Amino acid sequence: MLAIHSTVWRRAARALMAAALVVNTPLALAQEMPDAMVKRVTQDIVATIKSDPAIQAGNQARIRDVLEAKLLPNFDFMRMTGLAVGKNWRSATPEQQTRLTDEFRALLVRTYSGALNQYRNETIDFKPLKMNAADTEVTVRTAVLKPGGAPIQIDYSMEKKTDAWKCYDVIVAGVSLVTNYRDEFNEQVKNGGIDGLIKTLADRNRGVAAK
Amino acid sequence: MRVESERTMNFRGKNLSRPFVVALAAMTLAGCAAAPSRVDPFEPVNRAAYQFNDAIDTAVVRPAVQAYVDVVPLPIRTGVSNFYNNIEDLFSAFNGLLQGKPDKAGHDLGRVILNTGFGLGGIFDLASEMGIERGNEDFGQTFGVWGAAQGPYLFIPFLGPTTVRDGTGLLVRLSVGPISYIHNVRLRNGVYVMNAVDLRAQALGAGAMVETAALDRYLFIRNAYLQRRRFLVYDGKPPPETEE
Repeated sequence: MLAIHSTVWRRAARALMAAALVVNTPLALAQEMPDAMVKRVTQDIVATIKSDPAIQAGNQARIRDVLEAKLLPNFDFMRMTGLAVGKNWRSATPEQQTRLTDEFRALLVRTYSGALNQYRNETIDFKPLKMNAADTEVTVRTAVLKPGGAPIQIDYSMEKKTDAWKCYDVIVAGVSLVTNYRDEFNEQVKNGGIDGLIKTLADRNRGVAAK
Repeated sequence: MRVESERTMNFRGKNLSRPFVVALAAMTLAGCAAAPSRVDPFEPVNRAAYQFNDAIDTAVVRPAVQAYVDVVPLPIRTGVSNFYNNIEDLFSAFNGLLQGKPDKAGHDLGRVILNTGFGLGGIFDLASEMGIERGNEDFGQTFGVWGAAQGPYLFIPFLGPTTVRDGTGLLVRLSVGPISYIHNVRLRNGVYVMNAVDLRAQALGAGAMVETAALDRYLFIRNAYLQRRRFLVYDGKPPPETEE
């Protein structure tokens, strides 16, 4: 009786494991493609914005919660900050790099969360992805179509990491949100060093006006 | 992010004298010959012009344009935008031809014919409703495609950011009309002013964003403008820039 029992259990366990393998293998081996990821995240956020009356009314705290949960984990802010800082990045200590990244992240979130509640009737066109299987960096191209307006091209520069693809630059109508800061950051570093740049960013994030 | 349209504030149009056009053209050539290492050799003057422009914009232009947006209903404002866009579409077609892109030119010309003929002279943008997207070629891009260097960055009062190449393109654009052919002076000026108001109104959102985003608004606008123009010259597929 016991023997039969244990055999049944062993069989059941084996069947379950096999089933689990069959179900999980495609997911575990094939990482989500970068274009599929951009599409999934974008559509998820758009659906949330459209269905949330607080966001439609311009509730900034609510918008930021949504971005923190759904959007920001998909970005490599360290790389973004390094790109924005440019040649001075290598002379910054690891602590300075971390602080710069935190402040730059806050600046970007503050800036672009303000634009999100203006989203109304736009549709997003996801362009077909051109990539080779071995590529570790790709550009995912999309366009925002507004009724009665010219389409706005939005490109995402993506890098393949061990767990998932991460975005390290967003290029809106040809303007990189990251490298656009390089001259400003260079100027700050020239005048006050890396710490000067950190302080300026921190001041901006606390609401001190720009010149 | 639309910082300033490349055809901002056409209302100055015909006031620009011929010697000024010649001088700018000469500067373009000088720019090509000298190949300046820095994009903005006139930064102190440009910054002064930017401060001046910003002060006027804050005090007069932006409140006036905001009033226009608040008072005039959206369908009418869209009609105004469409009317001016239709004129630019014609020049986009022409510049497409000059750049050796007949298919693009035909596409843009098709829009103009459709919108002028069936959209009440361009007030309705039927072509966009049918999924025919706007082109955006202009003379500055044509010069770029032909190989002219962009030359120094310039910030012009009442006009905004430009370069010697784009500024020359704008002068060429203004010298060929069609608004300048309106004989009634008051009507003509009215059409120019409306054009400027329409363009500034479309950039209101971008202005608010720059306010939050920039550490130094002058540099932010300069870099955004130059990146945007490079992108347009390469038809949306610029080669990657070398990372410093």
